[in-house]
Amino acid sequence: MSDLFTFLTRMGDNTLVLGHRLSEWCGHAPVLEEDIALANTALDLIGQTQMWLGLAAQVEGAGRSADDLAMLRDAWDFRNLLLVERPNGDFGATIMRQCLFDRFHLLLLDALTHSTDTRIAAIAAKAVKEVRYHADRSAELVIGLGDGTAESHTRMQTALDALWPYVGEMFTDDATDTAMAAAGIAPLPSTLRAAWDTQMTDILTQATLTRPDGDFAHQGGKNGAQHSEHLGHMLSQMQWLQRAYPGATW
Amino acid sequence: MYAQLVKSDAADDSPEARAFQARIDRGEKIEPKDWMPDGYRKTLIRQIGQHAHSEIVGQLPEGNWITRAPTLERKAILLAKVQDEAGHGLYLYCAAETLGVSRDELTEMLLDGRMKYSSIFNYPTLTWADMGAVGWLVDGAAIMNQVPLQRTSYGPYARAMVRICKEESFHQRQGFDIMMKMANGTEAQRRMAQNALDRFWYPSLMMFGPSDKDSVHSAQSMAWKIKMNTNDELRQKFVDQTVPQAEYLGLTVPDPDLRWHDETGHYEFTQPDWSEFMDVLRGNGPCNADRLAARNKAWDDGAWVREGLMAHADKKRAAKVAAE
Repeated sequence: MSDLFTFLTRMGDNTLVLGHRLSEWCGHAPVLEEDIALANTALDLIGQTQMWLGLAAQVEGAGRSADDLAMLRDAWDFRNLLLVERPNGDFGATIMRQCLFDRFHLLLLDALTHSTDTRIAAIAAKAVKEVRYHADRSAELVIGLGDGTAESHTRMQTALDALWPYVGEMFTDDATDTAMAAAGIAPLPSTLRAAWDTQMTDILTQATLTRPDGDFAHQGGKNGAQHSEHLGHMLSQMQWLQRAYPGATW
Repeated sequence: MYAQLVKSDAADDSPEARAFQARIDRGEKIEPKDWMPDGYRKTLIRQIGQHAHSEIVGQLPEGNWITRAPTLERKAILLAKVQDEAGHGLYLYCAAETLGVSRDELTEMLLDGRMKYSSIFNYPTLTWADMGAVGWLVDGAAIMNQVPLQRTSYGPYARAMVRICKEESFHQRQGFDIMMKMANGTEAQRRMAQNALDRFWYPSLMMFGPSDKDSVHSAQSMAWKIKMNTNDELRQKFVDQTVPQAEYLGLTVPDPDLRWHDETGHYEFTQPDWSEFMDVLRGNGPCNADRLAARNKAWDDGAWVREGLMAHADKKRAAKVAAE
């Protein structure tokens, strides 16, 4: 498996899995405007998935499509971060997960607009506009709910504490990342950390939330070594029709 | 329809009411600040509210398949469609608010059962073909009613309908597209398609409501132009349009007595079981309890979010005032 293919599935699996999680909210959000906004974000992410996994399939050259990659791989072949496969929890946990990821996603896409691979730069240029809006929105909600009532503050702090151990994986570097960076295709994830920290500190301060102390980081999503139990359940829903009726067109 | 058995308040016979009726008869639009009879206002609130609730509850049966959509494209289309329904709910609640009722008040009435939503959303979606059938039949039936409502007498309602109709006709086409794929697909897919038609045919006919030829409520609503056609007219139009589409798909409408009449230019068809319809309206449809429970859960679970965001907005406002 080439490093480029691995890199592209990481991009596409993050957007696929997070888009799927957000789509679980459709019809169940706390207020109509949020229902619409969450669906919008999910739609953007699914659209980005089609582009990333479409390019991954093309790079692989094995005759698979974006849909094949999404619907017919098992959990161990997924390369998304553990953070994005966390279950939705309450609205606070969903928004906190979104905010932590959006800031990373935005920094990454910004850098990818300068990729030496023009196909990647083109996808990033389209996606970055959408993700800038996602990042503004999730930050605004984290601030609003962190600095809202005592209950909303407590819930947001609880969500932040629970998700913090999944932050570190976003910024780990491995052999694929080193190869991508050497070719000028993508930045080393570790180089994005300082900017992320600055932005997140600003958001958390405005939200009156306390940044957790520990820096322990769960690993195993982006390299596929050990996903959480939750991913398999998500795939069993997402892939069910394709698995139950192989060869059908929909 | 999305608004079924809406009780109409009677018109009064004051000079204002007569002048009001004359405006409607001339085809003028009534706007929020215009004088209107109390009965017109109350009837519209009931009708628009029921319509808005139907959009919101209507998210649930289709939302049921978003996480199981078979391809990325189908997932995106379905999600966009269900999102449109939330948007329709929003336009309609805004239209209702111009009549002096708040969205929260209407929501409370939906959640505690004082207000209704369309009977159709109390039926389950059991296979992927149901996503086709809902678009093709349910949105198809909704359009029958909503296209004429673009000419309804109340301005904000008519304008909301113009936007809604554009999106609904797209929904109906994508529903038919799913049915085409299924009907021309594998044996299992054809079976799903026929099964979906079998289950959704009569509930779709019920959407128009029972025959209203002798109903005083309907007569008043039609005089006020907040109801544009009788239930029977719309149902006939729906059957006439849909039967040839079913034939094109190679599917069988589950009505052995369905017949085309050259002399009338219409299909003769079997009426749905109206006792089932009344049962569904009374809360005994297959999904009534689940649908209301889902809406109540979303509302209750979201209370802390709404309160938190309000509290933050108040703090920001206070800080701004203090700074000035």
